[in-house]
Amino acid sequence: MALSKTDNIVLQARSISKAFGGIKALDGISLEILAGKVNAIVGENGAGKSTLMKILSGVHQEYEGQIVLDCKAVTFANPRQAQDNGIAIIHQELNLIPYLSVAENVFLGREFVASTGLIDYGAMHRETTKILEKLDLHINPRIAVSDLRVGQQQVVEIAHALSLHARILIMDEPTSAISKHEIEVLFGLIRSLATQGVAVVYITHKLDELFRIADTVTVLRDGKLVGSSPIEDVTHDYIVRMMVGRDMQDFFVKANAAKPQDVLGVRDVCLAHPRRRDDLVVDHVSFDVKAGEVLGLFGLMGAGRTELLETIFGLHPKSSSGSILFDGRKVKVKSPTDAIGLGIGFVTEDRKMEGLILEMSVAANISLASLEQTERFGLLSAATENQLVRDYIERLRIKIPSLKQIVENLSGGNQQKVVIAKWLVTNPRVLLLDEPTRGIDINAKNEIYRLISELTKSGLAILMVSSELPEVMAISDRIIVLSEGKKTAEFTSSKATEELIMKAAIPKSSGLSKAGSHFAIEGKMGSQV
Amino acid sequence: MLKLNDHKALLIRFQPLLGLLLMVVIFSIAAEGFFSTDNFWLVLTQVSVNMCLSVGMTLVILTGGIDLSVGSILALSGAMMAGLLKNGLELPAFNLFIGFTVIGAVLVGLLVGSFLGLFNGLMITVLRIPPFVATLAMMTIARGLTQLWTGGAAITGLGEIFGYVGTARLVGIPVRVWICAAVVGIAILVLKRTRFGRYVYAVGGNERAAKLSGLNVNRIKLRVYTIAGALSAVGGLIVTSKLDSATPIAGDGYELDSIAAVVIGGTSLSGGKGSVLGTVVGTLIIGVLNSGLIILRVAPFWQKVIKGCVILLAVAIDRLNTKE
Repeated sequence: MALSKTDNIVLQARSISKAFGGIKALDGISLEILAGKVNAIVGENGAGKSTLMKILSGVHQEYEGQIVLDCKAVTFANPRQAQDNGIAIIHQELNLIPYLSVAENVFLGREFVASTGLIDYGAMHRETTKILEKLDLHINPRIAVSDLRVGQQQVVEIAHALSLHARILIMDEPTSAISKHEIEVLFGLIRSLATQGVAVVYITHKLDELFRIADTVTVLRDGKLVGSSPIEDVTHDYIVRMMVGRDMQDFFVKANAAKPQDVLGVRDVCLAHPRRRDDLVVDHVSFDVKAGEVLGLFGLMGAGRTELLETIFGLHPKSSSGSILFDGRKVKVKSPTDAIGLGIGFVTEDRKMEGLILEMSVAANISLASLEQTERFGLLSAATENQLVRDYIERLRIKIPSLKQIVENLSGGNQQKVVIAKWLVTNPRVLLLDEPTRGIDINAKNEIYRLISELTKSGLAILMVSSELPEVMAISDRIIVLSEGKKTAEFTSSKATEELIMKAAIPKSSGLSKAGSHFAIEGKMGSQV
Repeated sequence: MLKLNDHKALLIRFQPLLGLLLMVVIFSIAAEGFFSTDNFWLVLTQVSVNMCLSVGMTLVILTGGIDLSVGSILALSGAMMAGLLKNGLELPAFNLFIGFTVIGAVLVGLLVGSFLGLFNGLMITVLRIPPFVATLAMMTIARGLTQLWTGGAAITGLGEIFGYVGTARLVGIPVRVWICAAVVGIAILVLKRTRFGRYVYAVGGNERAAKLSGLNVNRIKLRVYTIAGALSAVGGLIVTSKLDSATPIAGDGYELDSIAAVVIGGTSLSGGKGSVLGTVVGTLIIGVLNSGLIILRVAPFWQKVIKGCVILLAVAIDRLNTKE
C-alpha cells in the first residue's frame, strides 16, 4: 500500500475488524482521513461507525488490522495515548462531569498547577476563556457544566479537544441533541476548524447535513465498507442506496385523518422548576389529543417538552398543578403506575437511562410493564411470556438472535423498538413519544413512522415530541409549539409552515441567551411571535 | 466463534462453583479428616446461619442496596426469643405479666426482625437515606437494644424444645440444614418465577426505567429489606437454639461474612446481576475454607488473612472476566 499518496492523509485504517461476543461489528474496514477536510462517515445504526471510532480513539484496544498515523503504524493502549497523538473524540453522549466548572472540564487531568502545588485557577480560567472565545462561546469558565444547555456543553467538549491540540477531531452524531440554531453555529465551527488544518471526522446519519458540511463521505453497512467518495460525486439518493442496500421510496408515511373523539385532555398544567420554585418549566399548558391522531409537540431545547410529558405521566405529582382528562373525565395521575393503569405509555427520550434495563433480556424488557399478563397460578410462565413478546417482536420487526439476547448489545433502532414494544404490550390508548427517532438510522426511522401510522389507524392517540421540524410536520395531524414552558401556537398540519412553527418556538424574552451570545442569531431571526 | 464464546460464558458463570470444587479437592488431599461424612454435615450446619443472612443480603444487593444490620438484627431477635421464653414479658405499668410458649417467643422474634428490616426500608425509601448509612445506624441501634434487653449478659437455659431447631435431625438431616434448604429453595422460586423477583432485578438494573415502567420501586425495596430482616431473625433462631444461649455479642461481624458470600457468588454490588445459587456457592466457599483451615490448624489470625485474600481473588477474577 502506498504510504504517502498525498501529504493530506493523516490517518489510515487498514483492514480493521472487530467482533463482540461472536457478532462481527467491523469486517475489514480500510479508510483514509484527510487533514483540513470534513470526513463524513455515514451508515445505519449497527453499521459499525461508533465501533470504528472507538478503535481509532483508543477506547477499544483489541482488534485486527492496523492504524497508520502520519505514515507510522500505531497502537493505543488507552484513550490517553490517542489523545497524546492528537486524536480527540466527542462522543454522542457527552463526557463532561456535570458538577465541575467549564474550565475544570476543559483541563480535566491536565490542570495548571502553580509552584505552590495548588491549582492555578486564574491561569486556567484565562486559558479556557481564550479557547471558548475562539469558538464564539462567551460564558464564564467558572459555571458548572450542568447549568449549560446541551449545545453549549458540546462546545465545551470541542474546547476540551482543542486544548489537547487535536489534529484529528472525531464527532459522533454531534447534532442529535441540539437545536437548529446550535447546529448552524456548530457547522460554522467545524468549517473553521477544517480551514485551520484539523481533520474532522464527522459521523452522522442525517444526510441533509452531509451536503452542507462534508468534503468526503464514507459509507459503512453491516460492519463493511460500502464506498468512499468526494461529496461532489454523489447524490442524496445514491448515498441512501449505499446505506440501506436497496432503493428507498417515501420516507414518510402519513397518518390517516383524525377521528373526532378526545382521549387525553390536558388543562392548565404547570410544573415548577426543581430548584427555582417560582419559575415554571411548564406554564399553563392545555390541549387535547384525539383517538387516531398524532399531535406533534415542537419546541427548542429547554422549552419544557420532556417535562410536560413527564408531568402527564405522573412523574411530578408534587410540583405540578392543573388537571388531566381521560375520555373527558378528570383523573388523578400521581405516579407512572396510575398513568399506565389508565392506558398511557411513555417512550422516553433517553432509551438507555430511562427506557431499558440494559442487562436484562429482550423478553424481560418487553414484558416489564405488563408482567401480570405472563403469570400462571401466581408464577411467571416463560412460555406465556415468550409467546406474548414474540408477537410484538415480529410486528415491530425487531432483529434479535434470541429472546434471551441482552438488550445492551442491540443497535439503537432495535433498542427503541424494544421500548415501544414494551408499551404496546400494555394495550395503551395514548402513547407519549419523546424524540422517538433520536439516534436511530434511516431504515429504523422509516419503520417507526410506519408503525406510528399503523397504530393511529387502530385508534391509538399519539403525542409526539420531536426537535426535527420536517419530522413533526410530516407525521403530525396537528402541531402545538412550546416556548419557555408556554404553548405559543397550535396548527393543523396543513396550515403549518416551518417559518410559523419556528417563530412560535423562539423565546420572546432574552432569558435563554443569558449564558452566551451564542444565540445572537435567534434574535435576528425575529423575536416576536 | 459463537460456540467458543458460549463456552467461555458458561465457564464464567460456573467459576465460583469450580473454585469451590477445587478447594474441596485441595483440602481433601491436604487435610486429613476433611473429606468425611461427619465434616460434610458439620460444614453444612456451620454455614446455615450465614446462608440465611446471605440469601436476604442477595435480594438487597440485587436492588443495588446493602444491609449492614443483619448481624445486629440476628442478635436482637435471638435475644427476644430467649428472653421472652425464659422470663416472659413484665409490664409493671399495667400490672401485667405475659408468659410465652416456644412458638410464641419464636414468632415474636421473627416479627421483631421483620419489623427492623421494614424500618430499614422506610429509612431508605421515605427518608431517602442511602442504604449504607441507614443500615449502619440500624446496626448500632439493634446492637444497643440487644444489650439493653439482655442486660449485657447471656440468657441461657432455654429448654429442650427450643433447642430442637439447632441440634435435632429430621430424616437424618439436621433441622438447620432443612431450614436453609427451604429458604434457598423459596428464594430461588421467588426470584425466578414471580413478578416480585423480576422487579428486584429491574430495580437494581435501572431504577429510573423500572419506575417509568410503572413499578412501585419503594414497595419493592421495603419488601426486600423486610425479608432481609426476617431472614436475620431466622439466623437468630438457629444460633440461639444451637447454643442454648442468647448473648449480646451474637452475630457480631456476620454482615461482612454474608456480603463476602454474595460477592464471591458473583452478584454485582451495583445491583441487577446475580443469583441465589451463586450466593449458596459463595457461602459454601467460606464454610469450606473455615473448616479446612481449622483442620489444618492454621492460626486464627492467619485464617482471617487468607479469607480476605480469597474474597479479593474471587472478585478480581470476576472483574477480569467481565472486562470488555
